[in-house]
Parts: sequence; structure tokens; C-alpha cells
Amino acid sequence: MTVMEQRGAYRPSPPPAWQPRTDPAPLLPDAEPYRVLGTEAAAKADPELLRRLYGQLVLGRRYNTQATALTKQGRLAVYPSSTGQEACEVAAALALEDRDWLFPSYRDTLAAVARGVDPVQALTLLRGDWHTGYDPYEHRVAPLSTPLATQLPHAVGLAHAARLKGDDVVALAMVGDGGTSEGDFHEALNFAAVWQAPVVFLVQNNGFAISVPLAKQTAAPSLAHKAVGYGMPGRLVDGNDAAAVHEVLTDAVRHARAGGGPTLIEAVTYRIDAHTNADDATRYRGDAEVETWRAHDPVRLLERELTGRGLLDEDAVAAVREDAEAMAARLRERMNQDPALDPMDLFAHVYAEPTGQLREQQELLRAELAAEAEEGAAR
Amino acid sequence: MTTVALKPATMAQALTRALRDALAADPSVHVMGEDVGTLGGVFRVTDGLAKEFGEDRCTDTPLAEAGILGTAVGMAMYGLRPVVEMQFDAFAYPAFEQLASHVAKMRNRTRGKMPLPITVRIPYGGGIGGVEHHSDSSEAYYMATPGLHVVTPATVADAYGLLRAAIASDDPVVFLEPKRLYWSKDSWNPDDPPAVEPIGRAVVRRTGRSATLITYGPSVPVCLEAAEAARAEGWDLEVVDLRSLVPFDDETVCASVRRTGRAVVVHESNGFGGPGGEIAARITERCFHHLEAPVLRVAGFDVPYPPPMLERHHLPGVDRILDAVARLQWEAES
Ligand SMILES: Cc1ncc(C[n+]2csc(CCOP(=O)(O)OP(=O)(O)O)c2C)c(N)n1
Repeated sequence: MTVMEQRGAYRPSPPPAWQPRTDPAPLLPDAEPYRVLGTEAAAKADPELLRRLYGQLVLGRRYNTQATALTKQGRLAVYPSSTGQEACEVAAALALEDRDWLFPSYRDTLAAVARGVDPVQALTLLRGDWHTGYDPYEHRVAPLSTPLATQLPHAVGLAHAARLKGDDVVALAMVGDGGTSEGDFHEALNFAAVWQAPVVFLVQNNGFAISVPLAKQTAAPSLAHKAVGYGMPGRLVDGNDAAAVHEVLTDAVRHARAGGGPTLIEAVTYRIDAHTNADDATRYRGDAEVETWRAHDPVRLLERELTGRGLLDEDAVAAVREDAEAMAARLRERMNQDPALDPMDLFAHVYAEPTGQLREQQELLRAELAAEAEEGAAR
Repeated sequence: MTTVALKPATMAQALTRALRDALAADPSVHVMGEDVGTLGGVFRVTDGLAKEFGEDRCTDTPLAEAGILGTAVGMAMYGLRPVVEMQFDAFAYPAFEQLASHVAKMRNRTRGKMPLPITVRIPYGGGIGGVEHHSDSSEAYYMATPGLHVVTPATVADAYGLLRAAIASDDPVVFLEPKRLYWSKDSWNPDDPPAVEPIGRAVVRRTGRSATLITYGPSVPVCLEAAEAARAEGWDLEVVDLRSLVPFDDETVCASVRRTGRAVVVHESNGFGGPGGEIAARITERCFHHLEAPVLRVAGFDVPYPPPMLERHHLPGVDRILDAVARLQWEAES
């Protein structure tokens, strides 16, 4: 056979069959953030739940203003406020069952408090008397995580472990829009989807990562769209609509608990305050933008819905505000007491048993403290 | 009299046995990493474990080191005891943030409420002709991170004992496996694997009176060889195998140096900023008046790990060790 003949005889074999591994269409988020308040869906919402959310929102707002005030009085080293984002914080806590786990970031002390963590213990990190002030196992709230997105794989691992043990526990992990650029975000979502772990990822897109706007963070159609690449559903929700966030989160938690795997939720919201009390937001954004978002305030949105439908009267509003003031007063009072510090704690929990090296250093500090005390007494 | 059936075993086989025994003894132990399941790991250390214990206990994870260690953190939070395999030393770096920010700190930041019993196995070191990124000695990074234990075996028996101890530890342990000793052999009784000693004790591998070689992991056999060769020069060298870099066994090291009065620290890791500096400082601080000469270091050069055809010039060898011993101010003796 000549070469030409061979060529003529050549028939490409069909490539091995290819098909998409999952149909991407059902994973896609809606075109618009999901809303309940001010829409027909609101009529179907449970009035009791709405009132409960409202009470928590008012408390949450007051908690944020109080904590911010404590930074000015030098009682907190720093406070990353969630003012404007209370709907996400509160809904995250309320969407979970007692046995579930919450994985908060540094901005989510409010979610931890709404889940039951003692407010002073929740602020330990930001006061600076220790790192994590609460026992994570008491309310199943992981330590507030400062290294961005690093808490997300923890949530996946915990959810996976629970499933291996046969427990129907769901983990809810919180992260900011900037955090979605981190490698750990990618790795966590990928692991979660591959393992079909019962995890819900809640991204609070509050517009900024310190000073950097979302446009410099991603070119994705939305953060919720990122879900599709991992093979999990993405949901887009109005993060200032407490009823909507609660519904979307509850659905995702139920889906995860039933063995349906993870969900990525993008809650569109806005960081009303600066990044922290140490930040100057006027360097990177205008007042007009902030004002637009103030008009879409989560507390007022829900209040308007409830009063408009006669589900909340002036007395009820006054009672909720009174509760919030009482909470703030208690918090103020407790935070105005100096925390008890024991420098020897530095060595207590580095390892189960201190190493010989640590024991030597312990002795050094003990001697320094004794000398200090002696000096103090002599003075 | 019963005869003990001793059989040859490699360090890799001893490690496999340790993982197998740990998996069998404790249902909370989970092995996870890249290719550890069906393949049994690129060094075959997890050979057969997925088959014996199921893929939920010995899991092929997605290829992402931070994700592997990060999910292991979550699993440990829920009461499991993950044993993570990093495929190679230099490929463990993506997991460093999880290691430094969470694994090492979780017990401390939660005041002991949330200890993380995680073992991170990392094949490390050179001498196997590996191309770039396959031969790093990364122990200094881990040693410099409070909250981690750092151990490394040099013998078949220690590979078993230390790995069992690492997995049983309630603290995170970075378990460094000297790659070039994976195939080193020793005889042991497979029906009665060596006892598990707690982490943190060094051992004198060879007693001697003239000077102490302080070393660990892949450099232990090199030092033993150097000690044999030194006899011809009239030196009787003691060799201390640290086994555990954190916690550091000051007692064994200092007892030896006090006896001999001279010390050389030997490791593959770069000298500058490497473990040897810390060890030399500790000896000087504690045994100054027993020292006849400054503590010397024989270490890898302060260069990125060389290509395979040049690595023999980088690795501490017998001659370089003996040259260092020769510089221990013997003139003062006579
Ligand atoms: C790994 C890591 N890199 C950098 C920082 C410093 N940092 C703290 S908050 C922040 C911005 C985060 O923005 P985003 O994720 O959107 O959350 P937000 O603060 O808006 O809630 C940065 C860069 C950090 N904490 N962790």
C-alpha cells in the first residue's frame, strides 16, 4: 500500500464519549438577588419569625454601635463592625439547629452572639485579653478567624467528619467578598463539592475588602456564579432583607442536611462603617454611595414591612428598643471592668504538656513578675 | 525457649505498619492525602490501607495541600485524628498557612478547649537524585513555629515507634520522613513491633569519649559512618540522634557534651538560620564551661537545593564531618 492509499484509508476514530459531569443550568444563581420584603413572598413569611428576626436585628444594630463606642473609649483594641450587615449575621445564627456549627470571620462576632455566645467572651479577641474568649464546643461556634478564608476548609472538614460519624450536622461558614479571592476559598468549595459535605458557604458581599472594591477582586458575573465551577448550586440574595437571607440559608441548610451537598450563597449587602475603627473610608468611597445604602437599611426594611402589615405596633417597637438598650448597658458595664490577666497563661496551652524549653521560660517570667511585684511594694 | 522470628523490614514498611496498627487500634484515625488510597502513596507508605480500612479511613483527596490540612483541622475539631500525607517537602508549603495559623495555634487560642491531634507526614531531605522541589529540608520552618512538635526517625524501629506516638499525641506533630532512609533495612519481629516511646527523647546511637556528633534523620547514618572512620584518626566519637527537634532534649545532648567536651551539629538543612544554630546556642548556654572548643556546624550550604548531579557536594558527608572534628582545637589537649 502506498502512503497515499494509507491516507485514504485513514478514518479518524470517534473520540471517547464526553458529556458534562453535571448539568450546569440548575446550579446557576438567579439573575437578581432574591427578595422577600416588599414583595408578594412576604405575605407567606411566618409573622412570628419576622418579629423574631426584627428583635434580633435591633439588638444586633445596638450591639454594633456599642462595640464601636467601646473602641473610642479604649475598651476594645479594634472592632470590625457589621453595621448594615445585621440581616446576614442574625439570619446565619437563626438558620442553624443547635447541633450545627458556625464558622465566623472576624466581622461576625454578632452572628456568634446571636447564636448564644456571651457578648463579652465574643469580644475577647478584639479587646485583646486573649484570642478566643469562648469555648467553641459550648455553642458550636468555631473561633473567629482572622486569616481570610482559612476557616472555610475547617467547616468542610468538620461537616465531613460529622457525616462519617453518622451525625446529621451542618456547618455554616462565613466569609467576605475579598476572601473569595483566597486560595482557601477555592480549595474549601472544591473539597466540599467532591465530598458532598453538608456545608453552606455564606459570602457577605459588602462591597469592599478594606478599600478594594469588588470590581478589582473578581471578573465573575457574580460571586454566586463561582459555585457552578465546583458543581454546587449558587444562590444570590439581598443581604439586607432578613427574611430573604433567612429563607435562602434555611433552604441550603435543609438541603445539606438531607445529603444534597454544599451551597454557595452570595448575600449582597454593604459595609456602612469603615473597615474598622482604625480605617478612614473617605479615602476610597463617597458619602453619596453610603447614603444610597442607608436607605436600604436592613432594620428599617423589616420594620417597614412589619408595621405596614400591622404585625408590629409602637409598643412592640419600644419594647424591642428597650431590650437593646438594656443589652448595651450590660455590655458597657461588663466591658468597663478591666479583664483579669494572668501572664503565666502564656505558657499554659501551647502544648498539652509544656516542653522543657517552655518550663524554663515560665520560670524566667515568674521571676520577672515577682521582681515587679517587689518593686511595686517597695514604691 | 521460643525463637523470635526476626525479619528484615524497610523504614517505609515500618511506617506502613504503624499506620495500619493505628487505624486498627483507633476508629478516629483517618489517613488522607494525594494518591494515598488506590496507589498507596508515591512512596507506598499507605500501601494497602484503603483496601483494608476503606476509602473513608484512607482517602484520596483533591490535589490541594492547604485544603487537605484545612479540612483535617475541621475533622480534628469534630473528634477525629487525621494523619495527613504531604507528597513531598516542597509541596507542603501551600499548607503552611493552615499549619502556622491554625494547627499550631488552636489549642493555645482556645485555652486548651480545642486541641488538634493532627499528624502531618512529610517526606523530606535529599540524596535520592530528585529533581528541583523534591529534596528540601524544611524542618527549620516547623521548628520555628510554637505549638508544633517536630520529629524525625533515623531507624526502622523509631519510624514505627515515633509515628505511633505522633498519632497518639493530642498535639499536632510534624512527622518528617527522611526520604533516603525509606529503603534502609533493619530486622525486626513483625509479630511484636517495637514499643512506642513518648516523643521528646534523644538517644545516644554510639558512645564515645572524644567529641559528640549531634544529628537527626537522614544524617544519622552518615554520622555513624564518620564515627567509624574517625577511629583511624584516634577519635572516639559519640553520636546523638535527636529524633525529636521539638520538644528538644537538652538533657541528653548536654549530658553527652559535658562528657566529651566537644560538639559538632550535623544536618542537611541550610546552616544559616537552620536547626544547628539553635542547637549550638543551647549547648553553649548550658555547657560553656565543659567545652574545649566552639560548637561547630556541618550543614547544607546556604543555597537552594542543588540539582541531582551536584547534590553530593551539598550534603554533609563523612569527609566534611571529619574536617569539622579536626577543627575542634585538639592542640589544647597536648
Ligand atoms: C490572609 C489574609 N490576608 C490579609 C488580611 C488582612 N485583611 C483583613 S480584613 C481584609 C479585607 C477582607 O475583606 P472581605 O473578605 O471582603 O471581608 P470584610 O472585611 O469586608 O468583611 C484584609 C485584606 C487577612 N486578615 N488575612
